[in-house]
Amino acid sequence: MQTQIQHTPDGCVTCPVHNAGNLKKLGIDMSDWDYVVALAGNPNTGKSTVFNALTGLRQHTGNWPGKTVTRAEGGFSYADSRYKLVDLPGTYSLLSTSLDEEVARDFILFGQPDVTIIVLDATRLERNLNLALQVLEITDRAVACLNLMDEAKRHGLVVDDRRLARDLGIPVVPTAARYGRGLPELLQAVHEVATGQTVCKPYRIKSESSAVQKAINQLVQQLQAAFPGLPNARWVALRLLDGDQSIIRAVRNGELGHLNAPAPQQNNRIELEVLA
Amino acid sequence: MTTYPLNGRGAIAPQPTSDPHDAVLQMAESLRWQIGQGFHEHLMEDIYTNAAQLADRAVTRPGEKPRFDLDRTIDRIVTSRIWGFPMMIAMLAIVFWLTIIGANYPSQFLASILIDTMVPLLHQIAAAIGLPWWLSGLLIDGMYLATAWVVSVMLPPMAIFFPLFTLLEDFGYLPRVAFNLDNAFKKSGAHGKQALSMMMGFGCNAAGVIATRVIDSPRERLIAIITNNFALCNGRWPTQILIASLFVGALAPAYISGLVSALAVVGIAVLGVLLTFVVSWSLSRTVLRGELSTFSLELPPYRPPRVLQTIYTSLIDRTLYVLWRAVVFALPAGAVIWLIGNVTVQGVSIAEYMVNFLNPAGILFGLNGVILLAYVVAIPANEIVIPTILMLTVMMLGVTGDVGAGAGVMFELDEPLAVKSLLTAGGWTLLTAVNLMLFSLIHNPCSTTIYTIYKETGSKKWTAVSALLPLALGFTVTFFVAQIWRLAAMWLGS
Repeated sequence: MQTQIQHTPDGCVTCPVHNAGNLKKLGIDMSDWDYVVALAGNPNTGKSTVFNALTGLRQHTGNWPGKTVTRAEGGFSYADSRYKLVDLPGTYSLLSTSLDEEVARDFILFGQPDVTIIVLDATRLERNLNLALQVLEITDRAVACLNLMDEAKRHGLVVDDRRLARDLGIPVVPTAARYGRGLPELLQAVHEVATGQTVCKPYRIKSESSAVQKAINQLVQQLQAAFPGLPNARWVALRLLDGDQSIIRAVRNGELGHLNAPAPQQNNRIELEVLA
Repeated sequence: MTTYPLNGRGAIAPQPTSDPHDAVLQMAESLRWQIGQGFHEHLMEDIYTNAAQLADRAVTRPGEKPRFDLDRTIDRIVTSRIWGFPMMIAMLAIVFWLTIIGANYPSQFLASILIDTMVPLLHQIAAAIGLPWWLSGLLIDGMYLATAWVVSVMLPPMAIFFPLFTLLEDFGYLPRVAFNLDNAFKKSGAHGKQALSMMMGFGCNAAGVIATRVIDSPRERLIAIITNNFALCNGRWPTQILIASLFVGALAPAYISGLVSALAVVGIAVLGVLLTFVVSWSLSRTVLRGELSTFSLELPPYRPPRVLQTIYTSLIDRTLYVLWRAVVFALPAGAVIWLIGNVTVQGVSIAEYMVNFLNPAGILFGLNGVILLAYVVAIPANEIVIPTILMLTVMMLGVTGDVGAGAGVMFELDEPLAVKSLLTAGGWTLLTAVNLMLFSLIHNPCSTTIYTIYKETGSKKWTAVSALLPLALGFTVTFFVAQIWRLAAMWLGS
């Protein structure tokens, strides 16, 4: 006890961020959750490590892409709220049709997580942002976990997380999940987004071509008329223009209509097991 | 024209033909014509450009040119055209060599405690409390003994092998192996990602079958599922290691016998990989013909393995998991073995009937009746093949030591290589050992894997193919090896 206080400036002790003791790892106990949090990211960026660190589970982590093809679920509680954490398969994009990408996409789209943590590899930021931008088209409530900062440092890279946060319009938390660094800050950011204390204004993909821009805007209007309150009309429009069969099907049979269900508060939401 | 596809949930509850929905689709359709082709490419390009801009703003690289990059240097060696494959084989050989050298002594130690000391002790206790002979036989000579065999034969090699393998995995070596093998997979008409599911199969085939989900094309996924069984799984490594060190390693002088046995196991594993290619190739040329798909494989950075954590998790997750599975299956199997060994019809035990019935077939394939019967008993789990073989051999020989009385009871284990002398007494030769190693590699997957294949493919036909194809192949291979071996022996002998 004595030594802990010695190393810590007084102000920190009262700060919620400092107090990692707030975190209670619940393992597979996911009963009565208040919020659902999804973990998305490229393969091999440390999603499973973050998952294990937060839930206390020991899902096998391997240093190779493609480790997680199904989703794993676990629970934790933080600051008096209970969270259910869903580890999605690692993917490079959400635009193709392989099973792992569909699992990830459908969960973010239909499962409507309260917060999506986008795990980014700080040493390969450009490629990782491709996925992040696609996720941000689908959901507004996201936190970027800028992971593997230790490796970035080793490679001599300096990543400006504040600038990135400003550009992306979501909280960005630098972490080194393998060593547990930055996880308290990550939890705090997730909590603030989940409870609505932080409101995100995510970056939208800008198109070079004005014809495309116009087409998207037109289609978005039509979509909003057909599905009032659809939260990600822009993304649906993009997919329709791309001829995505499963989205076309969802429009046709009205499945998209479920997405304007009342803002997720408690357990009254429809949990869709799409394709799982 | 609006068609309602039958798959998906839309078909269950008929939707009212809602105008706004169709209006959206019609508009999307006409807009797609206006934009013209290549929207997908445009979109991808936009995403890449946007991401590049954002990354550029956030990341600053130190001015100088990249200095010596350790990762790239290692990659250049381990994925090199010349050194890639030798390095892979050497790496595997080192792992097995360490396992074989290290497992010998603890195995004997465990056997002497669990079997030589405990069995008589348990018998004394049973006699003291007056258990009937059949109950003490079933419990001690059946269930306890089978479990004791599983623990003493399998625990030491697993406790050494799995942590070593996991360290390699944690270090980041496996994707390099996949990279090396990719070209060969392409040539066999299979998906390069099959290398990844094969790597998972080296741990557990059921997991490997699930891992094939990363492959998009159903054709290539089926090939990966059917051939996954040729990746030696957790349950079969100990069999290979034990038989190799008893029979193959023993041929060489003592100071290199460990190395020779390690190379024998590597040989079997490499044979499994070759079979994967051959079977993939023939499937993709015959029943599963089709286009190749491309993919990108990321070579992750090397990370210093977290030694203590790796050892802990591989002990808990893999070693204890496999051991537990083996024990769970060994308990009833031990009871079954004791029963068929002791229930007699006209003075001959059922086991003897079965073994004698299977023996001619076994001999034809260079194996024996005991091994075939053991593989029938061990369909639920490959882990108990060796213990079953040992117990059945003991029973067939009717060995009686100073330990207890009756068939199916232990002999003295305090001499080194007692297992080998037992098997030799059971009529084993080098041919039997080699063919057992081959058959252990090439036979039907365990029942868990078969069930997983059924769940993944949803097809009885492909499940049957995945189960029977390796079995047929295994009998073919062992048959020819046995015949050629005997011809060669005759020719050399004359």
